[in-house]
Formats: sequence, C-alpha cells, structure tokens
Amino acid sequence: MALKGWKEIPIGGVIDEPGKSREYHTGTWRVLRPVVNLDKCTHCMLCWLYCPDMAIEITTNEKNRPQMVGFMYDYCKGCGLCADVCPVNAIEMKPETEFLKE
Amino acid sequence: MMNIDLKKSKAVTGAAAVANAMRQIEPHVVAAYPITPQTPIVEYFAKFVADGVVRTEMIPVESEHSAMSAVVGAAAAGARAMTATSANGLALMHEIVYIAASSRLPIVMPVVNRALSGPINIHCDHSDAMAERDSGWIQLYAETNQEAYDLTILAIKLAEHEDVRLPVMVNLDGFILSHGVEPVEFLSDEVVKEFVGKPKKVYPLLDTENPVTYGPLDLYDYYFEHKRQQVEAMEHAKKLFPRVAEEFEKISGRKYDFVEPYKLDDAEYVMVALGSTNSTIKYVVDWMREEGFKVGALKIWMFRPFPKEKIQYYLNGRKAVVVLDRAASFGAEAPLYEAVKSALYEATIRPRLGSYVYGLGGRDIVPEHIRKAFMDAIEGNLLVDEQRYLGLRE
Repeated sequence: MALKGWKEIPIGGVIDEPGKSREYHTGTWRVLRPVVNLDKCTHCMLCWLYCPDMAIEITTNEKNRPQMVGFMYDYCKGCGLCADVCPVNAIEMKPETEFLKE
Repeated sequence: MMNIDLKKSKAVTGAAAVANAMRQIEPHVVAAYPITPQTPIVEYFAKFVADGVVRTEMIPVESEHSAMSAVVGAAAAGARAMTATSANGLALMHEIVYIAASSRLPIVMPVVNRALSGPINIHCDHSDAMAERDSGWIQLYAETNQEAYDLTILAIKLAEHEDVRLPVMVNLDGFILSHGVEPVEFLSDEVVKEFVGKPKKVYPLLDTENPVTYGPLDLYDYYFEHKRQQVEAMEHAKKLFPRVAEEFEKISGRKYDFVEPYKLDDAEYVMVALGSTNSTIKYVVDWMREEGFKVGALKIWMFRPFPKEKIQYYLNGRKAVVVLDRAASFGAEAPLYEAVKSALYEATIRPRLGSYVYGLGGRDIVPEHIRKAFMDAIEGNLLVDEQRYLGLRE
C-alpha cells in the first residue's frame, strides 16, 4: 500500500471508512517468519486456533476437513505462537534477514 | 482600552462572566470535576443546568483527566463540548489535552490561570497554561473580565472553523479576574446564539451511516503526517483569526486582534505581557507619559499560534523591549521572553531586550515594579539575557 502525504489523509488520525485494517499490512513489523513443513503437519488446526492475527491460511480437502496451507505474511506479525503450540514441531521461526533477497 | 458602556454593563466576577458566556453558547455537553482546583465557572454553570436554564448534559466526573476524556468523547461524537479548569486540574488533564488537539476536536476551555504546585499554591500565575504551550491548543489571554467573556464566545467560532478544528484555551488570571468584580457588557442571548451558530460536524461518531474510528494506533508511518497537519491548522488559525475577530466586532463593537498596542506610535520603550497585568502596565504608561517618558505597551491576546509577524511589526526599531513573564522556565528563558526574542531575531533593527519574571504564586505586581522595569530600559541598564525579578525578596 503506497503511503499518502499529509494533505491526502483525514485530519486527527480519523479512519473514515470501516474495515480498513485489511489494508494495513502488519506483517511489515515481523522479525521472525514462521515456515511450515507440510510433510510433518497433521492439520490439527491448533495454529489456526491460536493465531492472534488470523494469519493462518487454510483450505478444505475432499472430505471437507480443514487443511493447513501456510501463512498470510501480510498480516503475520511473527509472534511465534503457532510454532509454540504445534504438537509435531512442523513450524520453524526463521529470521526475516534470511528472506531479504526475495 | 475597551470602551464599556457602564449603563449596559453588570458588575460581575470573571468566573461569572465566563459562565454566562457558556450559558449563552449552551454547549451540548460540559464535563467537569466538581471540587478544587475547579473554579466558580463550573459551579455557576452547574447551577444553570440544575435550574433548567440550559439543556446542556452536565457530566460531573471523578478527575480532571476524566473531564477532558469525557469532553473528547462528546466532541468526537459531534457535540459542542466544553469544560473549564485551573492549575493542577489542567496538569492532570495534560495527557488528554494533547489527545484533544491531535484528534482535532474544537473544544473551548476557559482556564483560570493559577500556579502549579508545589509547594502548594492556589494563586495566580501562568505556569499551568505554559505547561500546555506545545500541546497544540490555541491559547488566548484575557486582560479583563469583559475580554474573558468575549474571547470565550469568539473562541467557539475560531475552534470550529473547518480549516482550523483546534481546541482553544481562554486564559484568565486566577482570582485577579476569576474572583475580581468588573463591569461587563453582555451580548443578548440571541446575538450570541446566532454568532456561534450550530456546530459543523466533522467525522461525528454518532453518524452510523458513515462509521469512523477515532484515536487509532498511528505509528511511524502516519503520525508525522498528522503532526504536520496540526502545524498547518495553527497557520490557518492565524489566517482566520482576524476574520473571526471582525465578525465578533460586528456584533459587539469590540475589536480583537493578535496583540493590542497601547500608546505605541512614538514609544521608544515597550513592555510586553499577557493577561491582567496589562491593565497595570497601561496605568504606568499613562503615569510615565505625563512625566515625558516615551513608553508604550504591547498586550499579547494570542500566545499560540504566536503572532511573530505582529511582534516584528510593532517592536522593530524600538530602543528597548521589556518582556514580563508570569511563569519561569527553569534552566531556560521565560516563555514569553523567549518567543518575543526569537521573533525579533529577524527584525531589521533589533531593540535591546529585558526579561522580567513576576507574580509567581500570586505575588502582587504593583505600578512601582513596572516603572522600575521601564526605568531599567530607559537608563540603559539592561544586560543581555539577564533574567530579573519583580517583587522578589533578595
């Protein structure tokens, strides 16, 4: 999202539209990035349950069961709760510096 | 000086005059902490509410911090909201004082200027308002009860102007004005109501068709831009104040400006001050003029935004300028002196400057003190950046 100049924004820090937080990419605050090993993942959904930013991306399989896909890095702040609660240690927190080239 | 028609005026205290302005403005909401350091302004106003004279929603709260918070909430909702305070009450509001300004809520707050403790003191000085100098509020200072009344009404229009949208502190000297009785010429209720009009609502929270958020997190990506907007709003206040003052003159016959020159035309020695002390200064100017001294005075009505251009216009080329401060800035120059000195840096012919701190904690200032400061200037007895004191025991 391109940042706006001071003449282009509402005064007083007012947010003049509802639901605008979607446009605010809190993922830019992240220092550690969660990376999932889907070979280990049992799709138990504990990470989905615990994620405070609803940043776990899921889908459903043919049996209509939820499937872990990955992370919405636009919103993941890198808190590491998912890695902490994962019962099979399928999520690893890696420093963002490792991804700088991307 | 203002000409007041004594036949049309009433003898009232400054607090009663301001409370009466608030009665006529009839804000939707007034929130205030009901015991000391509150002043009779809110006491009178609470009586208006209790007697059904106004339809204002009065919220007695448990602290000044809550008073300002409630007023911020009301103003964000779209209401015209006011409060009044003094001294440590203002200090307790401090956090929300900044939030009111940065949320661009046009709250008008009369402030009865009294010393900040400690040691504990309840009497007049400007330390309370000076502590809020950089909070983003417009600051007006009244010399008389008439001015306190007038500026409260005028402030509503300035604060709510769509290009300004800033809160205004109307400062009146504690006890000297707030409890001192003077003649005040009141406007009729209809005239005041028509002058202030209905408040323009900007992003009102109660407009559920257009939901907005006030006070969100504003980090390094936008906070700076919002501060820049506040700087701009102060510039707008400077541009629009003369127009609002002109409109007020039409209904009252009383003319306001950023500053008020007194016997300045040929004055070689000029004294600059805020608030009620200007009356004493004018008395001394008259007295010394009778003796042939070319002295004059420049009263500052608007301290924030600071009318730098007017200071330069009136003080450029004078032999000496003496600035009186009713507040000290420990470890630096007194606030009004600092502002005047800074404005004169760009003057073509810089006057010699004198800085005098006076009246802290309600210490009386008498004509002899003021004469002394004038005489220092006239006799060439001013030392660069030497802060002096009037009425202090050595």
